Amino acid sequence: MSIITVQLGQCGNQIGHEVFNTICSDVRDTHGLCSKKENESYRDACKERFFCEEQSEVPVARAVLVDMEPKVISQTLSMAARSGYWKYDDGSHFCQKQGSGNNWANGYSVHGPRHKEVIMNLVQKEAEKCDRLGGFFTIMSMAGGTGSGLGAFVTQCLRDAFPTSFLLNHVIWPYSTGEVIVQNYNSVLTLSHLYKSADALLVHENDVVHKICAQLMNIKQISFRDINQVIAHQLGSVFQPTYTADGGLHYSRNPLGDLMETLVPHPEFKMLGLRNIPQMPENSLAYSTFSWPGLTKHLRQMLIANAKMEEGIDWQVQPPRLGSSIPSNHSTNKPLHFNTSLANLVILRGKDMHSVDLGSFRDPSLYTSWLNPEDAFHSWKTLRAFNKYEKSASLVSNSQFLLKPLDNVVGKAWNMFASKAYIHQYTKFGIEEEDFLDSFTALEQVISSYTSL
Amino acid sequence: VGQCGNQVGCRFWDLALREHANVNKKGIYDEALSSFFRNVDTRSGGDGPDTYKEKICSLKARALLIDMEEGVVNEILQGPLRDVFDGKQLITDVSGSGNNWAVGHKLYGSRYQENLVEKLRKAAEHCDCLQCFFIIHSMGGGTGSGLGTFVLKLLEDEFPEVYRFVTSIYPSGEDDVITSPYNSVLAMKELNEHADCVLPIENESLFGIVNKVHQMANSGKLGSTVKQNSLVTSSAGSAKTVQEKPFDAMNNILANLLLNLTSSARFEGSLNMDLNEISMNLVPFPRLHYLVSSLTPLYTLADVNVPSRRLDQMFSDAFSRDHQLIQADPKHSLYLACALLVRGNVQVSDLRRNIERLKPSLHFVSWNQEGWKTGLCSVPPVGHSHSLLALANNTCVKPTFIELKDRFMKLYKKKAHLHHYLHVDGMEQSCFSEAISSLSDLIEEYNELDATKGGPRTDPSRLKI
Repeated sequence: MSIITVQLGQCGNQIGHEVFNTICSDVRDTHGLCSKKENESYRDACKERFFCEEQSEVPVARAVLVDMEPKVISQTLSMAARSGYWKYDDGSHFCQKQGSGNNWANGYSVHGPRHKEVIMNLVQKEAEKCDRLGGFFTIMSMAGGTGSGLGAFVTQCLRDAFPTSFLLNHVIWPYSTGEVIVQNYNSVLTLSHLYKSADALLVHENDVVHKICAQLMNIKQISFRDINQVIAHQLGSVFQPTYTADGGLHYSRNPLGDLMETLVPHPEFKMLGLRNIPQMPENSLAYSTFSWPGLTKHLRQMLIANAKMEEGIDWQVQPPRLGSSIPSNHSTNKPLHFNTSLANLVILRGKDMHSVDLGSFRDPSLYTSWLNPEDAFHSWKTLRAFNKYEKSASLVSNSQFLLKPLDNVVGKAWNMFASKAYIHQYTKFGIEEEDFLDSFTALEQVISSYTSL
Repeated sequence: VGQCGNQVGCRFWDLALREHANVNKKGIYDEALSSFFRNVDTRSGGDGPDTYKEKICSLKARALLIDMEEGVVNEILQGPLRDVFDGKQLITDVSGSGNNWAVGHKLYGSRYQENLVEKLRKAAEHCDCLQCFFIIHSMGGGTGSGLGTFVLKLLEDEFPEVYRFVTSIYPSGEDDVITSPYNSVLAMKELNEHADCVLPIENESLFGIVNKVHQMANSGKLGSTVKQNSLVTSSAGSAKTVQEKPFDAMNNILANLLLNLTSSARFEGSLNMDLNEISMNLVPFPRLHYLVSSLTPLYTLADVNVPSRRLDQMFSDAFSRDHQLIQADPKHSLYLACALLVRGNVQVSDLRRNIERLKPSLHFVSWNQEGWKTGLCSVPPVGHSHSLLALANNTCVKPTFIELKDRFMKLYKKKAHLHHYLHVDGMEQSCFSEAISSLSDLIEEYNELDATKGGPRTDPSRLKI
């Protein structure tokens, strides 16, 4: 089954490009460290998922590129074509000249309806190229105007036009110290709207990825390209082919569906966080060895302690002990800083992954009480190494990972809203104070739900 | 509009051509050029549509030159830039406005209204997608101030969805035009009501920068030769070479301001910042749209290596009063919002590091503690490897406005020169009282915000569901 990627706004298009680059480069890599047959299987599964090859010398990404200004798309298309290894379909993009002015209302209420038909036609065209459509993966930033506002509108349209397809939004959380002054407003409006239409939201925080670049990748002058490459690596580690069942004979055909099934048991809980280890500069890879027990131990502690990366993990944090006399859903039972999960997915790529014991992830004390731990935890695996890492372990988690960031964004937006600053910029395009209040209410509900996990 | 506006404009077009020539080596008419220029095939009479991706034939500025005296415009049309403008883009008259806002606004306004609308519509038709108007004028005179603000109002009526950015030269206290306070306050009312963003500029600041640059360029210190074309005040490398006029250096600074302001809209970068984003992020309340601008670097030394310490110095300089284009003290006042437009080889980590470094010394309003808007454009200005334009919405503009109000009141109380204005058809005493009232209200809005500075921070309680 194929996934159609919808790249929205500058951020969405820049990241989308890196994702296809990473996936393509991974597939071309002969260091899969597995048999030739396995490698070919992997490659075929990946190609079906992300690329179309009819009538073209190079694979054509299954993607639709949307932006309200022309420069980024123009650059993205030409960089892809220049790589010589893959490209975008020349007709699969739509752009305008004006931009959205970082104004969510402009993106959602003006550009959305105005360009709905053209954009959905492009999506339809891509969908028709798929033998079987597995769903949509949209990439956008919450902070700006196009990715956020137009992105929210397009997500709604996708849901309406393809009611039975899976819909995953990849959302970029902006730097907390300002990229865009109205980013908190745009974020609140985006999240509340996406929550209604999407199956799940997979989040990357710029602050976190920046730290990874600084401390793990040792990059001195970090550019957005560096940030996007880390994000692309992490996404690739989730969406490249895997076997979802032990003893499975072929690579899973329905990654988005599998993801939703394992991680989103309840519509109130859609916020997914992503962790991937190890992460290091390419030239250090040759000198490093990894062990599965080491990796899984770190990953588990990162989950429990809500660590954003492999450095600085707090080993003091432990799950609450079960069987105590205090009822397990009593909030004071849980130690401070402990991250309660609803559901988790671990993905292992590399040799000897059969030998890995993931029992520690099935520990009931990690999870909220109302789901059976057998249902709450899943793992996907493949022998085939990913992106030059001999062993790679990823965690996609529906847990309290994003509770604090969400609470922060809502708090700051509320603070600004109380002073009514910038509201006139939104009402100008048809988003009124009541719309803001609806969004705030919706997100406070999400915060409350995750808090009570 | 007016003498000042046209002189600055002339420098702007010259430096714009220089900037694009620096980047566009193949002479192809591209999207970047099309933001400011049309590509006209002079054989077909110049009215055909623009042709992208083709060789440059003849570039014409997307501009309207308006002056009620002929001297300045004529000079432009006889100078090295004459081919950049065509005769249909001009509106001139002979007698000037006599430093009288009423003459500029009421008399010439009504006389030329139709002509203006027609020429504006024509210019707009030549645009695929019109995003913004820039008005360049001075506040103290008659044409720039009066007719300039008339045009502003006209733009709002005729093109309500197009952003209006205004670069306004404010008169100094020792201005030799006695009635400049009247003209400025009357113009302020129009700016309050009809502009999306105003960049107030003061000659004293420009003069200070010119002096600083001059000192540096001529200091003859060993190892500190300056790249001539990097001086923010210089015309080196542009069409207009030798005959530099006295105000050219100061006007070049303004031209560079406008180029930097629009750089991210014209050229690519990893974090684009369009003009509509500037307006969106820097204007929290409709009337508080006056932005303090500062430019750095003012020059680049010829030795090329730029350690990151020097990069950080650039950020510090942007917050130093020496680099501001208006005499004000933002560090001791309240920031409502701040934008940083970076050009050249600067990455997001450099930006973040410097924001973290500078934040503690700046006071931001309680509801916008992280009020930073940032943009990264890959193409640096001519002669530099990187540059920074800072735009701040800060209550430090208040003293400038208060002084203006005081100078106005000094004249108004004695009814000095009032008859010159009231003689003009359409001008009444109420125009004056409304204008001063509008200015007072604006000052009051800034006062209310200032009152919150340094007070206890009580965040409003969150919604309970």
